[in-house]
Amino acid sequence: MANERYTEDHEWVRVEGDTAVCGISDYAQEQLGDVVFVELPEIGRVVSAKDEIAVVESVKAASDIYAPVSGEVVAVNSAVEEDPETVNRDALGKGWLFKIKLTDAAEAESLMDETSYEDYIAGLDE
Amino acid sequence: MSAMNTQGRATRPAAANDDATNGATETFTGNRALHLEEKLIFEEDAPGRSGVDFPEPPAVADRMGGLARGAPVGLPGLSEPQVVRHYTRLSQKNYAIDAGLFPLGSCTMKHNPRLNERMARLPGFADLHPMQPEATIQGALELMEQLSHWILTLTGMPAVALSPGAGAHGELTGMMAIRAALEHKGEAGKRRRVLVPASAHGTNPATAAALGFTVDTIDEDEHGRVDLKAFEAMLSDDVAAIMLTNPNTCGVFEYDIRRIADALHEAGGYFYCDGANFNAIVGRVRPGDLGVDAMHLNLHKTFSTPHGGGGPGSGPVVYSDALAAYAPVPRIQKNADGTLSLIEQVEGEAAQAFGRVKGFHGQMGMFVRALTYMMSHGADGLRQVAEDAVLNANYLKARLKGEFSLPYGDEGPCMHEVLFDDSFLKGTGVSTLDFAKAMIDEGFHPMTMYFPLVVHGAMLIEPTETETKGALDEFADALLDLARAAKAGDAERFTQAPRYAPRKRLDETQAARKPVLRWQA
Amino acid sequence: MRYLPLTPQDREAMLATIGAASIDELFRDVPEQARLDGPVDLPHHASEMAVERHMSRLAMQNHAAGEGPCFLGAGAYRHHVPASVDYLIQRGEFLTAYTPYQPEIAQGTLQMLFEFQTQVALLTGMDVANASMYDGATACAEAVTMAARVTRRHKAVLSGNLHPHYRDVTETLCRMTDFPITETPPHVAGADVEALAAAVDESVGCVVVQYPDVFGHIADLSTLAETCHNAGALLVVVTTEAVALAGLTPPGAMGADIVAGEGQSIGNALNFGGPYLGLFATRQKLVRQMPGRVCGETVDSDGQRGYVLTLSTREQHIRREKATSNICTNSGLCALAFSIHMSLLGEAGLQRLAAWNHAMAVQTAERLAKVPGVEVLNPAFFNEFALRLSKPAAPVVDALAEQGILAGVPASRLYPGQADLANVLLVAATETVDPEDIESLARALAEELA
Repeated sequence: MANERYTEDHEWVRVEGDTAVCGISDYAQEQLGDVVFVELPEIGRVVSAKDEIAVVESVKAASDIYAPVSGEVVAVNSAVEEDPETVNRDALGKGWLFKIKLTDAAEAESLMDETSYEDYIAGLDE
Repeated sequence: MSAMNTQGRATRPAAANDDATNGATETFTGNRALHLEEKLIFEEDAPGRSGVDFPEPPAVADRMGGLARGAPVGLPGLSEPQVVRHYTRLSQKNYAIDAGLFPLGSCTMKHNPRLNERMARLPGFADLHPMQPEATIQGALELMEQLSHWILTLTGMPAVALSPGAGAHGELTGMMAIRAALEHKGEAGKRRRVLVPASAHGTNPATAAALGFTVDTIDEDEHGRVDLKAFEAMLSDDVAAIMLTNPNTCGVFEYDIRRIADALHEAGGYFYCDGANFNAIVGRVRPGDLGVDAMHLNLHKTFSTPHGGGGPGSGPVVYSDALAAYAPVPRIQKNADGTLSLIEQVEGEAAQAFGRVKGFHGQMGMFVRALTYMMSHGADGLRQVAEDAVLNANYLKARLKGEFSLPYGDEGPCMHEVLFDDSFLKGTGVSTLDFAKAMIDEGFHPMTMYFPLVVHGAMLIEPTETETKGALDEFADALLDLARAAKAGDAERFTQAPRYAPRKRLDETQAARKPVLRWQA
Repeated sequence: MRYLPLTPQDREAMLATIGAASIDELFRDVPEQARLDGPVDLPHHASEMAVERHMSRLAMQNHAAGEGPCFLGAGAYRHHVPASVDYLIQRGEFLTAYTPYQPEIAQGTLQMLFEFQTQVALLTGMDVANASMYDGATACAEAVTMAARVTRRHKAVLSGNLHPHYRDVTETLCRMTDFPITETPPHVAGADVEALAAAVDESVGCVVVQYPDVFGHIADLSTLAETCHNAGALLVVVTTEAVALAGLTPPGAMGADIVAGEGQSIGNALNFGGPYLGLFATRQKLVRQMPGRVCGETVDSDGQRGYVLTLSTREQHIRREKATSNICTNSGLCALAFSIHMSLLGEAGLQRLAAWNHAMAVQTAERLAKVPGVEVLNPAFFNEFALRLSKPAAPVVDALAEQGILAGVPASRLYPGQADLANVLLVAATETVDPEDIESLARALAEELA
């Protein structure tokens, strides 16, 4: 499962064919604390990378999630709407948020790989 | 993703330690002497019972056009003694200023004189309908005139709108006048930015955003004040306003405020001042002398109208000459014959009024209380209020600074509140939240925590002027003991706190995940 | 000074601990040109007795509504408030508590708010309610902006029979947030549901209708609700008289999506217009878009039931510029008064209260209909109705006030410059009105119109 790519805003993507599965990183869910509510995009919405696309709420913070890549939203994970705790339990697996059909297959490649992301968050914590 | 909860505040209690005292099962009833458990009012129902007697109403032919309610409302039936007991028991689960020190920073929890309550209940004020003919309400209009005069004299400003319902509402009313003025000058399209310090109350950016402005954050300098250079660099002809609290939420006076105001005015912007902390300067400094264009006052802070468990508040807003014409309706007008009139419509003389922000004429009940308080203190007493409020805060700072940590060092006096951060707790396993909960066990209401956001684990303490030196000493001694206990490794005293309150820590996560917002049969 | 406990000796000792030579030193950060040397030009402190005398004199210059017959409504209503309500809300633990941000020591306020939310939901026939707002007019404006968030349509249609203060507050907020409002004209002869339905299209986010409306009209809103829903719009129902909802089919049963109202008439005095109590209720599925504070049930670490403020991520102190509204206060003590009064009334008492209100209004309308020059305009009403007089209403009201009778609210005060409404008088009758009051009003009106 080391195929994920990461943004500086702590979203991850995993490319499966022409589609990118997206979610928030383990670091992000830990920082947020107990997730209590997830608001997901409409299927069919066309987004550009960095657009606000979803909201993840803990008791004390509501965070906008940005689209990590450009394309069309083709699926959302309604299981996390029912049980938001899934994001805390399994952020990179069952806690995925939405799938985007990629406009540009190469776009995800420009994001950080796991090692670079780990260095990046280590830098944030000082 | 955007902003995260980087201060890591737990919203779910740790599992209770079995050794902790105060378990619910210790007594047969679950009561603990004066701590009386109380069911929901809906769980005490007996159908047909009522706490209000009405005779049989006269028989009339129904004129409700077929819309008479078919189904019962679903209220429980109780007698008067049950209702009195229910609310008395509930009241005993609340901490209040009447009971003890309530050092909630930025909230000014001062004594609420009972004369204010008595005056607000005079039938000539309390039993007055807002739409009575003018001839029957001259005393009420005169009271509003007098209150306006006190407010304008204390703030050094030329105009006031009394109607906003609370501080945040006053803010909105102040910023609406700024927007109206920009529209009038044809600059509304160009001036879209509002500058707000990172330490500001959350209402400031919310207000600016609600009015369609974009919010730009100004960084603070190493003294907990607006970074003047950074601010000047942000100024340009697209800036509509700055929203600044003074004294600010770090508890210090913005000593560059005149330079900020002048630079802003030169750039064509307006100065909105958040007056939440007016208690620190009332009678000693007039915002009108600081270059302010609009400022709200929280009558429930500086002028002692009760907080009532979360309102009602009252947030009159004062305006400079540049904005006075845009003040909303209603306004009071003095007629040639000496009588007073209410101007309720945007027409004629008031044509530039930007509209109306509240039904009727504002929070009259709060006006009566505030004027009663102002007259009780007088010009001399209000000045003493500010002096004692500032003295009490500096005294606490002096007593506590040996064990607590000051985020900006000890370079000068604070105003009416003192700000600490959580660096003195580093490595103790005790968070600001834990520390606050341990204060509850010691019989105090916690200070404001995690605000302002610019300081890690902030603890903002505002004692107000109505505390005795003895009460401050007792409070300081307790806090010093807690700080030493935390550093000595007694984390359990904190993480298991509160042990002696009517409830232990509550699970906010569960409340938000599966919201239960009402009782269901 | 009776509210200030520090003695001169205390102050000196404290300055010594601080290490400051004088109080002035503590104010040294204030720019010199802004420091006042002495007290401002206002009277000095005064005794309790002196202040009481001053305030009493001002109060006595007013004619209190209870001094004579009172038929005023139009958004504020004179009802009897049981003695225990005012006693209980003055308990210091309620009166001098803050917003319940420390739930372990604020369960009294929190449980009360939970009960209040339940009572409001029951009365309006809705799923959930918030912990209250400033007043009915601001609740109405918040309902319109909430509907825009839900539907993503920034356009609202307001009924011409919506209380003009509510309309003005909503218009002011919407204009300032660049959001167009369409209005139907006032319709004094009856409820304007057809005109509103005709204004609904796919660009409209919500329709705002008052029930009973400012002229006292009531109409079934079910069809209007259906029209709104078919177009993807929400129906916002505004109520200025909470007692009416005890006697009438509630908005929730007719398809309302949001109910915004004024709760003053239960538990709260007239207070010359404030502080009042904004009621706000909606459907379960819209709860996360609801503005204002809300209290929810949970458990503590011992598993005991307790209450907390919840869903606060919608609020300004978390979301800052992304908050659902800038509101950070509710009307806590007014909500407490409402809740205590509702608890005292109970189901049986509330039904009786509603029946008395309707009965007195019917008797008033029947009696006034017999006065030459008076026409009752309402086909149906609850406790408030509109009259058309043979003369302009405002001078008639002033003349009756001189006789100590508060006859009603002239429509011209709410709709100035609207010639067709100049003769219209809005009359309300609650349980506080008695047959003698009705007779006095009828006779005085007959004389004035003769």
